[in-house]
Amino acid sequence: MSANSEIKLDDGPKLGLLAKKVKGHQGMIIGSLIVFSVIAVALLAPLLAPHDPYQQDLMKRLVPPVWDDRGSWEHIFGTDHLGRDYLSRLIYGARISLLIGIGAALISGLIGTIMGVLAGYFGGRVDMVVTFMITVRLSMPVVLVALAVVAIVGGSLQVVITVLGLLLWDRFAVVMRSSTLQIRSMDYVAAAQAVGCSVSRVLMTEVMPNVVNNLIVITTIEIAHAIILEAALSFLGLGVQPPLPSWGLMVSEGKDMMLFESWLITIPGVALFLLVLAINLMGDGVRDITAPENRN
Amino acid sequence: MSNCVLDVKNLSVKIPLAGGVLHAVDNISLSVAKGETLCIVGESGCGKSLTSLAIMDLLPKKAIRKVDTLKLGGTSIANFSEKDMSSIRGNKMGMIFQEPMTSLNPAFTVENQMVETLARHQSVTGSKARELAVNMLEKVGITPAEQRLKQYPHQLSGGLRQRVMIAMTLLCEPELIIADEPTTALDVTIQAQILDLLRQLQNDFDVGLIFITHDLGVVANIADRVAVMYAGQIVEEGTVFEIFDKPTHPYTRGLLRCIPVPGKIKRGEPLGSIPGMVPSLIGTMDACRFEGRWDDASDRKFKQKKQKIRPLCLKDRIFEVEGDAGHIVRFCCDECLKKSNLNIMTANG
Amino acid sequence: MLFYTIKRFGLASLVALTVSFISFGLLYLSSDPAIAMAGETASDADIEAIRKLYGFDRPILVQYLDWLMRAMSGDLGKSYYFRTDVSALIGERLPTTMMLGVSAISFAIIFSVPLGVAAAIRPNSIIDRVALFLSVMGQALPSFWFALMLIVLLSVNLRLLPTSGSDSWLHFVMPTVVLGYYAAPAIMRLTRTGMLEVLSTDYIRTARAKGLQPAIVLFKHALRNAIIPVVSLAAVQFGFMLGGSIVVETIFALHGAGFLAWESITRNDLPTVQGLILVFSLFYIVLTFLADLLNAWLDPRIRIN
Repeated sequence: MSANSEIKLDDGPKLGLLAKKVKGHQGMIIGSLIVFSVIAVALLAPLLAPHDPYQQDLMKRLVPPVWDDRGSWEHIFGTDHLGRDYLSRLIYGARISLLIGIGAALISGLIGTIMGVLAGYFGGRVDMVVTFMITVRLSMPVVLVALAVVAIVGGSLQVVITVLGLLLWDRFAVVMRSSTLQIRSMDYVAAAQAVGCSVSRVLMTEVMPNVVNNLIVITTIEIAHAIILEAALSFLGLGVQPPLPSWGLMVSEGKDMMLFESWLITIPGVALFLLVLAINLMGDGVRDITAPENRN
Repeated sequence: MSNCVLDVKNLSVKIPLAGGVLHAVDNISLSVAKGETLCIVGESGCGKSLTSLAIMDLLPKKAIRKVDTLKLGGTSIANFSEKDMSSIRGNKMGMIFQEPMTSLNPAFTVENQMVETLARHQSVTGSKARELAVNMLEKVGITPAEQRLKQYPHQLSGGLRQRVMIAMTLLCEPELIIADEPTTALDVTIQAQILDLLRQLQNDFDVGLIFITHDLGVVANIADRVAVMYAGQIVEEGTVFEIFDKPTHPYTRGLLRCIPVPGKIKRGEPLGSIPGMVPSLIGTMDACRFEGRWDDASDRKFKQKKQKIRPLCLKDRIFEVEGDAGHIVRFCCDECLKKSNLNIMTANG
Repeated sequence: MLFYTIKRFGLASLVALTVSFISFGLLYLSSDPAIAMAGETASDADIEAIRKLYGFDRPILVQYLDWLMRAMSGDLGKSYYFRTDVSALIGERLPTTMMLGVSAISFAIIFSVPLGVAAAIRPNSIIDRVALFLSVMGQALPSFWFALMLIVLLSVNLRLLPTSGSDSWLHFVMPTVVLGYYAAPAIMRLTRTGMLEVLSTDYIRTARAKGLQPAIVLFKHALRNAIIPVVSLAAVQFGFMLGGSIVVETIFALHGAGFLAWESITRNDLPTVQGLILVFSLFYIVLTFLADLLNAWLDPRIRIN
């Protein structure tokens, strides 16, 4: 393309190239480790949590975590304003975040995929309608609508998952639509080709991996998106309701006391941050690994 | 030599890659005089583009340039800082590239891109600059110039864009212009027009021109002198007549053999080619570069006689062709020298 | 260009209408406006009376068209809670949110664009790593938590900034950062990618061959082309900030439209909520529309045929 096109100069010096590859995978490895740990923790919650997350003990309210002078190993992460063990609530809170993230992503993924595939496959007016619906959805203030609906219907785990699932489908639709269009164009290529069998091979080796790769990346994005949204909704009081240990709710409950009992907001906040970060890193890693190296 | 616009001695370009060091350009020397056209011919990958970038100091960051002498109009620019180089680029020496379709910035008008050169190098702005731009556009055959000035690159055809590039390069009246395959991407008819234009402009402006190409037809058309490049080295150099009449290096002979001459080639006869492939230039360069590319049978049928050569620098295997001062040949190794079967004269002749 | 504009405008209007219908239907279908208006302590008879009085017993479509007609002339009804015109209410609160939004997007741009350019000039250098690191961190940070941490750090521990209210510009510093940081990673990445791509083009090589100064090559030639998609992105991100303003204004007690949204939602103040959804959506639509136009205008290849 340019004057130096005679030689490809993408490689840096040997060490740099190696370091870059490792670093790229590094993020994904760390991310995946964290995500799987959180999943494990959520699944094994009854075994891991030292106390019942709903058990109140008004004698032991606002006990600091173990690293503080007044803390103790009985409540490693301290207790909240109702004397409930914070570590246990954190562990069970992981279940909520994951449930919501995965649940909402599943619903929106289903809706978005159906819409996208229909649009890509039928084209014409169906495509126009779907594209229009995507534009309409993109023009709606998600947070505002979610808040309003939850306020009216009443907040709960199921409601939040449903509402988020019904709102976050746009990226799925866009991606599946373009993938389907790509597959469709293969038909015309096939018709033009004398040899017919190569179409399905091309489909399997080129298009499908691309589609799966995109789908995985979008799914991780939307899971993270849903987790953050739920946390924000619960923080504002219009998401999951107490006494459920949603991390967002924990931050909200702790904010009145955040000056002196800062762990109340720090701990669930860090947990949220790490989980979302890990999911993003995993998604980025999957994208980097599967995308460019597929070109063989 | 006040007539000498460009003087290059022992230029090398090395690029460190993941698999080793690429010796892209290996100790080449060349010179261009005022009003003279030097054609650098060679196939893709021989290093001719990198040579031009090396002269302009526009090599990619990782590339390492070594040169003994690099003089532009008598002034050494070998050790110029980037700041100094940028004030002579576009000013004392200019460059025209291969792809006119993408060489102009799509976001600015022709006028904008032409006038900024004048502002940068000669502090000429406003209506005076516009006037100069219009004049130059007319000189390169673009009329109505005023209208074209206001247009954006995407509104012009490939041939027109290349003319604009040429005009832009001439604005500050450089001493040297390097044209890197400027007509390769254009239609044959446009190509002929551009070549005529360049020849004419060279006459008018008395500028030294380095014309890089892989097309021998273009060479025959426009060159005063020719340098044949192969695998990073200049293997033969001389006037255009010497090169076409008395090709001495086996590679040059191979190139000329490949040109099918209507009337001289029989129907059904295979087209000439040079067997083998260009070797990899990565790593130590002790091996012969012309390995496997000999075609003695075809060479014997080739009409041009083999010349006698006289040693100039035995260490680097550089020879001069008997009777042609300035017609130089270079061999990459002793093997090639032997296989070329040339008559080597001694100093006493 | 004109035809393009008209086409986009027509589409935008259609989208606006659809959004307004959906939000209207959504709220009406999920609650009983008569009850919402009457309040929790009203008797059945009162509720029925209100229903008849305000026409809540008419078909949805009729109610919607009625509302739409009035909305088009600027009448968005009366707030149940505040007892004033919704349009006046929103009009009063909107400027604060606008100010916040503008400063937030400016903050994001001023921070991200230079960083993206610097990262592109020296890929894989320290600054590139830092830029990517910040962008990954920024995308994972929940805004409400970030806000609280900033408050603890800057207001309480260091006593640098005020906690809440909107009296002086200092009050806007933390809200600006909290609202703006979320848009920064996307803008930074797009700038970086765009610049990397542009810097390897032939016309940049030409600019260098012309001997233009590095600053001119970078900012006049390269950035001018790389920035085109970034402008669209910034416009869209600006739109998202309205949604984000709900959380930010609530935490920092800024009396803007976002805070109003939270107030009216928690009080089941349907007309206000509907009005806000309409206004927010219109805002997005207008912004996207402008972003499209800007995109087309900035690229001469689109602007001229």
